[in-house]
Amino acid sequence: MSTLPTPGAAPTPGQTVGPFFHYALPYEGDAELVPAGSAGAIRLHGQVMDGAGVPVPDALVEIWQAAPDGSVVQQAGSLHRDGWTFTGWGRCATDRAGHYSFSTLLPGSTEPGAAPFFAVTVFARGLLDRLLTRAYVPGDALDADPLLASVGPRRDTLIASPDPQGLLFDIHLQGPRETVFLTFPGR
Amino acid sequence: MTVPILSTQADVSLEIAAIADQHDAASPGAQPRLDYTPYRSAILRHPTKDLHHADPETIERWAPCFGPQDVDPLEADLTIQHSGEPIGERITVTGRVVDGDGRPVRRQLVEVWQANAGGRYIHQRDQHPAPIDPNFTGAGRILTGDDGSYTFQTIKPGPYPWKNHRNAWRPAHIHFSLFGTEFTQRMVTQMYFPGDPLFALDPIYQSITDAGARDRLVATYDHNLTVPEWSTGYRWDIVLSGSHRTLMDDEEPDA
Repeated sequence: MSTLPTPGAAPTPGQTVGPFFHYALPYEGDAELVPAGSAGAIRLHGQVMDGAGVPVPDALVEIWQAAPDGSVVQQAGSLHRDGWTFTGWGRCATDRAGHYSFSTLLPGSTEPGAAPFFAVTVFARGLLDRLLTRAYVPGDALDADPLLASVGPRRDTLIASPDPQGLLFDIHLQGPRETVFLTFPGR
Repeated sequence: MTVPILSTQADVSLEIAAIADQHDAASPGAQPRLDYTPYRSAILRHPTKDLHHADPETIERWAPCFGPQDVDPLEADLTIQHSGEPIGERITVTGRVVDGDGRPVRRQLVEVWQANAGGRYIHQRDQHPAPIDPNFTGAGRILTGDDGSYTFQTIKPGPYPWKNHRNAWRPAHIHFSLFGTEFTQRMVTQMYFPGDPLFALDPIYQSITDAGARDRLVATYDHNLTVPEWSTGYRWDIVLSGSHRTLMDDEEPDA
């Protein structure tokens, strides 16, 4: 029996997801937090691009979000969706055009007046560690959001734009429109 | 920066050494450098601007949860997914997932994937001429126990060539996908095997410039896990980043 790592133990480093995750991580229904076309379903989609503006066909995007009423969901069942349970989490590998697409519900404000957002994780071949960002839902609440206020001129890279089926959110790993990626205390 | 189309191992080793020389104690390099260009695919895929410091808010202080409906216990045995026995050295890999405060990450999803004993992935894009093993896919899932422990049975993966540079070979490894108790702890990494002669040559492993941090990716051979006449055993504990949630927020404080 080994002993538990001591409190304050140094974190295990990350490594790239590599090119060969497709037979292991994607699964049936991974990007359908709710069935496409069901009541209240919206599409959250976009492209992942590299520094030359070329789509990244071997990225993996994950989202984690509140329910429409702003509650944080703690429901199992993401890996075997039953079509009725909203788990708040989904995964989508990009296609040959670097495109990802989720069918989900619009997240609500987790606190009165708070700007709703999707927490987003990006993995890719060539990306040595995961990147974290936010895709904010457009609306009046954005003006009071402290993170957006602190970002400066690149703020728009964090805000999804409305489109006919829902929201569009492109992710630029590098380049003039590079997405703002986040780091949190402790890592 | 101009990078030759296909460098030699000597070229890449020189670049690795040059970056290691710049390494200083002020920036410990405990995570991989995203701008580590000896790994050629990183050149156009790393952010050039600093990551923006943020405090985690509501949703980010929680993680998705998974349960028995998500993972069949049999998914922890990568050697029984087909009608026959896979070729190779049968191994057990076990360890614990804890957060930076030493708290076990309970009932959480661990996903693993790997090449077969010959160093070949079942993935369509892996076309190097090592044999596919019809009895080995190389993907598994585990839910951690109440003590944060995980265990799976598999075959020791082989090293494999890749096209980063001429004669580039990856040290044998198993990919791990991990969730914590908070969204910000989400990570993907690779577990390596002790004493691999390819460590010094591999830009993905060397992208972590702190030697102590690199060592944390290497499992330990554990004879107590070795089963007579059956399999050898490796132990690898995983420490996620610290927790931001206070004990009061935590529905199940681990006192």
